[in-house]
Amino acid sequence: MATHAGGLTGTRTVRTRGLQRGFGDRTVLDGLDLEIGAGEFVALLGRSGSGKSTLLRALAGLDRDVAGSGLIDVPEKSSVVFQDARLLPWQRVLDNVVLGLSGPDAAQRGRAALAEVGLAGREQAWPHQLSGGEQQRVALARALVSEPELLLADEPFGALDALTRLRMHELLRELCVRHRPAVLLVTHDVDEAVTLADRVLVVDQGRITVDTTIDLPAPRSHRQPQFLAYRESLLRALGVDQQKG
Amino acid sequence: MTASVLARPRTSAEALPARRPRRRLGPGRAIPFGAALGPLLLLALWAVGSAAGWLDSRTLSAPWTVVTTAGELIADGRLQDNLAVSAQRAGLGLAFGTVIGTVLALVSGLSRWGEAILDGPVQIKRAIPGVALIPLLVLWLGIGEQMKVTTIVLGVFVPVYIHTHNGLRSIDSRYVELGESLRLRPAVFLRRIVLPGALPGFLLGMRFAVVGAWLSLVVVEQINSTSGIGYMMDLARQYGQTDVIIVGLVLYGLLGLLSDGAVRLAQRKALSWRRTLAD
Ligand SMILES: Nc1ncnc2c1ncn2[C@@H]1O[C@H](COP(=O)(O)OP(=O)(O)OP(=O)(O)O)[C@@H](O)[C@H]1O
Ligand SMILES: [Mg+2]
Repeated sequence: MATHAGGLTGTRTVRTRGLQRGFGDRTVLDGLDLEIGAGEFVALLGRSGSGKSTLLRALAGLDRDVAGSGLIDVPEKSSVVFQDARLLPWQRVLDNVVLGLSGPDAAQRGRAALAEVGLAGREQAWPHQLSGGEQQRVALARALVSEPELLLADEPFGALDALTRLRMHELLRELCVRHRPAVLLVTHDVDEAVTLADRVLVVDQGRITVDTTIDLPAPRSHRQPQFLAYRESLLRALGVDQQKG
Repeated sequence: MTASVLARPRTSAEALPARRPRRRLGPGRAIPFGAALGPLLLLALWAVGSAAGWLDSRTLSAPWTVVTTAGELIADGRLQDNLAVSAQRAGLGLAFGTVIGTVLALVSGLSRWGEAILDGPVQIKRAIPGVALIPLLVLWLGIGEQMKVTTIVLGVFVPVYIHTHNGLRSIDSRYVELGESLRLRPAVFLRRIVLPGALPGFLLGMRFAVVGAWLSLVVVEQINSTSGIGYMMDLARQYGQTDVIIVGLVLYGLLGLLSDGAVRLAQRKALSWRRTLAD
């Protein structure tokens, strides 16, 4: 087993060993092992209630009240994107983006991050004046403005319509190419996973049961036969029978 | 040809039976100067009653008598002097009370220990009417300004505390989680999330507090006072001058309305990020 090499030289950003989490006497994560390489885009699939959010919250350090054990190694610089955009309604858009920043160039960096997500000129708007997709783009800008080594996203596009979601996929891919964070994207959507990720994981019974590297050239399309093959095998792993469905 | 095709759907739409417009559930558009309507109606009733002779001038002086009396009181400077004294008492009491209420609410809202220690006593104070404390305060502080301002402070800090504390505690936990995920320093968390989140509650508390300040003022000024609007009214009672008493009452009412209006204005300015039923 390789020794842990921290920061830029290491190829691994996230590592968990024997991660255990439960609520009451119900075990949700049961000795889960996970590794994510630097700059790697990983999508996490799993049935509803399989513990995807529990895992993500454990990695984000947001589960202090949850009983559990195990080893977690995540970079200090990590960001979370929630399913709801979670903008502070009493702060203008720019102030929301720079919330976690300090220093004299914060506003400058915030403006640049907003421009990257296509929202230049909306800095002084209130969050309620933005559409759902725009709010989620602000949340992306807020997550990326701190140049994180790890981006944790829990169904960030779940509340958006199909068309907006496709746009957001493109945006997310561009941003990830530019900023190169490692990404763990929790999603319900197998197509989303195959389109975006370098690797797709399926969690079941508290462990990772499928770990598939998606070896498809960009741009990926639903029409590629390999795309359909990946899609079908993942659906089967999730217990969805294509023939009957 | 094309025109007739385009026109057809419109005619068919017009031919449809008129649909009942959707009922709106909010209160609807604001009436211009709506807030002045009720008081003006009251004033009109009073004027008509006095002119028609239904109201005895010894029971209730006519509006115009009150206006002339107010003019006389202003001319000899009594009104301004007494008003200045009263305003100073209310202002001081309001300022101290607001600061104390806010600080207590922050301490008790942000720490379990603070809540355990502070919340009980404030609730007890809340259950005791301000008037009931005056005898004790007179024994402790005498009958000077200190006692008067203290009484007002005690009336003011409770609503500020209650509503600010409630505002703090009802901040959505998702925002707290956001703060944790961004690793905000406690000072930033306080300034960006806690204080703005509690601001609506604080401002609601302030609306009760300003009115409470004037109410406490009335009470303290009519006991052992030698200046202030309350004193002016008490003196008028001894000489049977209803008009002066009414000038005092109108003044209290105006001050209450004005200060409440000021807080509401501040509310509208500070909470412009909100979209509510009232908008
Ligand atoms: N705070 C909590 N208290 C009690 N049980 C919880 C809590 N949070 C999650 N659970 C339980 O843990 C299990 C896993 O929940 P989790 O939210 O991780 O599922 P998920 O995979 O994210 O599901 P979904 O796809 O529906 O979001 C569920 O059975 C859920 O009921
Ligand atoms: Mg979930």
